[in-house]
Amino acid sequence: MELAISVITGLMILGALYAIHAKDLLSSVIACGIVGYSLVICFLLLKAPDLAIVQIVVDTITLIIMVAVVLDSSREEKYSKPDTMGYVSAATGIILIFIFLWFFIASIQQLDVLGKSTLRMAGPYIEGAAYKTGSANLVTGVVFDFRGYDTMGEAVVLVTAVLGVLTILRLKGKK
Amino acid sequence: MKGMTLIVKKTTQLIAGMIFMYGIYIIVHGHLTPGGGFAGGVIIAGSLILVTLAYGGDFLKLVKEEAGTTIVESISILMVIMIATAGFLFGIHIFFSNFLPKGVVGQLISAGVLPLYNIFVGTEVAASIFIIFLSLIIFKEESPQ
Amino acid sequence: MIAYIMCFILFLVGLYGVITRRNLVKIAVSLSIMEISIFLLFALIGYVDGGVAPIVDPADPVKTYVDPLPQAMVLTAIVIGLATTAMLMTIIIRLYRKYGTFDIREIKNLRG
Repeated sequence: MELAISVITGLMILGALYAIHAKDLLSSVIACGIVGYSLVICFLLLKAPDLAIVQIVVDTITLIIMVAVVLDSSREEKYSKPDTMGYVSAATGIILIFIFLWFFIASIQQLDVLGKSTLRMAGPYIEGAAYKTGSANLVTGVVFDFRGYDTMGEAVVLVTAVLGVLTILRLKGKK
Repeated sequence: MKGMTLIVKKTTQLIAGMIFMYGIYIIVHGHLTPGGGFAGGVIIAGSLILVTLAYGGDFLKLVKEEAGTTIVESISILMVIMIATAGFLFGIHIFFSNFLPKGVVGQLISAGVLPLYNIFVGTEVAASIFIIFLSLIIFKEESPQ
Repeated sequence: MIAYIMCFILFLVGLYGVITRRNLVKIAVSLSIMEISIFLLFALIGYVDGGVAPIVDPADPVKTYVDPLPQAMVLTAIVIGLATTAMLMTIIIRLYRKYGTFDIREIKNLRG
């Protein structure tokens, strides 16, 4: 199991590197699709069918929106010599990578080995949860019953994002 | 916006209705099988986007459709908050409490208010994503290059 | 343990893209790659060996289930990620129509 996940994640890393370095913006966007669709296979291997259903549709719609934006333009990334700002940002990147590496090494000792998850909250959410909420799908029970506030907040964030899109794209005001 | 060729239009006629029905099935059975409000809403938005891309439509029609979808989205987010407030009024007085009878686990009509949340959140997600897509198309129609 | 390390490398690739690229579309793509690595990390934390998907069968209830809490968190985060990516792309298309380029250095010069 762990080997299969690692191989698929390796393919995702290759796709991501190509997406970042491609000359043509259209192929960059489509290589980003490689990463998203590989994630669907990972979700199926990790026994999360809800996430797989959502991710496969969401990735398609993201691809449609990105292609609609890119096809409007000249589609080429202009290469230019790195200036002083380029060196500053490269140095910042190296420093940030070392900071994240330090946090990762500190936190990976707290995590369990893959497949032996012992989260403290897992027990109460699983034992008898089907009879507490009445829902056979435990994920729906957690989303709408135990953690209803979270879901309401995220729905409001969705409405706010739509309002932002409408505000940005409106050219003429309504009469 | 112009539509696509006859072959694409005919295939869309056959497929789009089935995708829409599959989305409704995912939403209604959200408390029994994998899926739920978020997954079904995204699938319904996908079927609407497919129809819009295949058939196109003139500018005024798209604007009218966008105005209608905005109203649907606002009503459904309002309904989610009103159901949550209803938990404050009936039964034990807690925000987001499950005040309807639970029923038998595994039957279609069970789990109290969870199916209602699924339906309204699904409508809201479908309307939101469709509005984003429509406003992008209207923007490209309004100012071509 | 190697799966966590690969997941972290994917995150670093996205971070490298955000910092070193100068093209707005590339920055949006890198941000969505970072998002995807976080989703994968959450799904990995919840996995249990020999567990089944968290759907209770009333006829045969005693089984090992995978943890439903990280899955519920990722479920909402995916849809929010779609909305925020779409908003980013709308800002990018408005900038392109105004300045005629995706390059942030040229936009900075043209603003004057």
